Amino acid sequence: MESILYGVQGFMYPNEVELQWSILIVLYPFITGLVAGAFILASLERVFNVEAVRPTYRLALLTALSFMLVAPLPLQLHLGHPERSLEMYLTPHTTSAMAMFGFVYLWYLMAVLVLEIWLDYRKDIVLAARSTTGWTQKLYRAMALWSDNISERSLEIDDKVGRFITIIGIPSAFLLHGYVGFIFGSIKANPWWSTPLMPIVFLFSAIVSGIVLVMLMYMMVSWIRRTEIDMDCLDTIARYFMYAFIIDFSLEMLDLIHRIYEADESFKSLDFMVHTKLYTSQVILQIVLGTVVPILILGLVQLVKMSPAARKGLYVLSGVLAMIGIFAMRWNVVIGGQLFSKSLLGYTTYKMQFATREGLLPSILLLLLPFVILYVLVRLLPPWPAKPEADKA
Amino acid sequence: MTTDRRDFLKSAGAFIVLTGAASLAWEKVLAGEPEKAPNYKMSDHWWAMTIDIEKCIGCGNCVRADKAENDVPEDFFRTWVERYHVPEGSEDHPEVDSPEGGFNGFPEKYRAGDGSKNFFVPKLCNQCSHSPCTQVCPVGATFESPDGAVLVDKSYCLGCRYCVQACPYGCRYIDPRKNVVDKCTLCYHRITKGLTTACCENCPTGARTLGDLKDPKDPIHAFLRTHKVQVLKPQMATGSKMYYNGLDGSVR
Amino acid sequence: MMERFKDREHLFRMGALFLGALALFLVLRAVFVPKGFGTYGHYREGALKDMASRPLHYAGRHACEECHSDIVDQRKGSKHATIACEACHGPLAEHAADPDKLKPTKPDAAKLCPVCHTENVAKPKGFPQVDPKEHGEGKPCGSCHKPHHPEIA
Repeated sequence: MESILYGVQGFMYPNEVELQWSILIVLYPFITGLVAGAFILASLERVFNVEAVRPTYRLALLTALSFMLVAPLPLQLHLGHPERSLEMYLTPHTTSAMAMFGFVYLWYLMAVLVLEIWLDYRKDIVLAARSTTGWTQKLYRAMALWSDNISERSLEIDDKVGRFITIIGIPSAFLLHGYVGFIFGSIKANPWWSTPLMPIVFLFSAIVSGIVLVMLMYMMVSWIRRTEIDMDCLDTIARYFMYAFIIDFSLEMLDLIHRIYEADESFKSLDFMVHTKLYTSQVILQIVLGTVVPILILGLVQLVKMSPAARKGLYVLSGVLAMIGIFAMRWNVVIGGQLFSKSLLGYTTYKMQFATREGLLPSILLLLLPFVILYVLVRLLPPWPAKPEADKA
Repeated sequence: MTTDRRDFLKSAGAFIVLTGAASLAWEKVLAGEPEKAPNYKMSDHWWAMTIDIEKCIGCGNCVRADKAENDVPEDFFRTWVERYHVPEGSEDHPEVDSPEGGFNGFPEKYRAGDGSKNFFVPKLCNQCSHSPCTQVCPVGATFESPDGAVLVDKSYCLGCRYCVQACPYGCRYIDPRKNVVDKCTLCYHRITKGLTTACCENCPTGARTLGDLKDPKDPIHAFLRTHKVQVLKPQMATGSKMYYNGLDGSVR
Repeated sequence: MMERFKDREHLFRMGALFLGALALFLVLRAVFVPKGFGTYGHYREGALKDMASRPLHYAGRHACEECHSDIVDQRKGSKHATIACEACHGPLAEHAADPDKLKPTKPDAAKLCPVCHTENVAKPKGFPQVDPKEHGEGKPCGSCHKPHHPEIA
């Protein structure tokens, strides 16, 4: 019993000492957040006719798909019996947010993402099917569902249907990540999680993370391909990044201020936790470095005239900090919510391991996997018109 | 919208609704087998328990009995006992300990006459009638039985741990040997045979007593009427059926 | 009409794919949902049976009283009368099922009695509790107290 109690301060119910949800469950909302955010950025162009961000449209969709495909993997690794996961679809418990989320995920993946990508790329797929041979041709033909029709009229229809799907896609993206927030926010047993603001806070930080991801991807891909960055596009993305972040920050501060003001029975315990165990990840990484500093940088760029090079540098800096901050936010919610006892009388420690099923190593690999998938997707479905001079990308 | 598209959507919609209805009907066909229990009728019982703080001596018999009866893994507890040490004025932050859940009793660490209040509180699954753990289970692996016990279907549990998070009382855990959830089952295998739970059986002072709220002759009715009883965390409205007598306000 | 259909035909292919997936899902559902799921609620009916058929380790006091009525008489009128036999003697369902197969051993009083009767500030005031080192001048508990009727007249 000694070993299990190591790292416990005060009193924890005996069954609470070991954390239930590990870094894998921190990863999961982070990944689905990136998906929702990337999609919403893509839909800005499609639905709200923000022409400036057009260059990133296809890249944003492919990025969303890559991360969407990886999203269930941390969950599978975490489950005690992953071979039983089909049960969530066969006998979903309709009162369980987790069960219903399985359908939201499936809906979003198939009816929104895959359909939208297919409709936008269909012409390119059919053209590729016509111009390749062998297995590659078989693949493209299958992707075209063995249809060869890319007449003007059919493409017009695709565009209309695609627009309709994007319109449904926006509330679907909200639902996708809002649901994840609700999974936490609806647990009355946990005062750190239980708040109606949780789905909205999750959603807005997801939007920020997705926008940043597409922005950074666009900059990196342009650098690799040695193509010029459309500064109009980049500046517009950065502006949306800032707006979304300001809303997100306000919501998080609202939650914090509300807790401090009302100071209910959980306050003392949670306050102590934030000042000790969660100080680095919450105050320093999430709030200061991860939110306030990037917002100030972005604000500065709006107020002071700067060269494109300077702006690019600041966008990268604020983007990286924001990503760290948003990851830290997921950490603080998931891990933080389990560090204190439900008796409000004690604290435990998260003992993260490295090379175990729920350790740090699989988490790092899972974060890298979407980029591998994205590479494959980009080769298969290039997001940009082919350049005459062939390059590494 | 053109008529073609409208027609397509109409027929697709109809198809989905009809197949949905068909699958629900099919489910009903598959389910529904008559109850096979010999003498025990679930509808005759509604299980609860009374725990009398004024009688608990912290001997730990209940913890040991439960471990022996229910194959509880080491380091985890279906039931445990907490010791409260409440110096005057610190009702909102009592000192609590539960060394190995009370399995080996409680070595003395306080002195008499220091002006504090000290007592034991046995804890277990509250067998909630509006159980938050059942609400969040994604697949139906944990459930409220018709006779009022909250049980776990170990062959169906995914080990997602959502129910562990949702329980306000900390009574659930993952069995590391099977990677599924486990918790106090109110000794369902005993109470359906007319025996009492292992913990109540072995409590030497009668601090823990199983009760059947549907049995008019059960002493629990008189107990609830004549004692000032409370449930743990009443503000959570879980419908807990563990009724504590003499529960101090400092108890968490 | 065929012209207009031609330009939408690929959408119908996609639609067919979706419907195929839906049909597959319904088939999986029909095959894999366990029998008896949903009878009493959103769970497998068989789980109740599984729970109810776990093995017993404690026989319960009535099983003991069936054979050991002499002990029952001894305990009459004593504070120990209401304590379950197995509370001190351990789980004995095996012995109750086949008394000759497993003969229980007598518990060691020196270890057993202090579990309940060592004084502790958290124990209720009226409960008999002593300091085992000082009480009884170090003599074994049994030299003054019979376990089945511990009261000293």
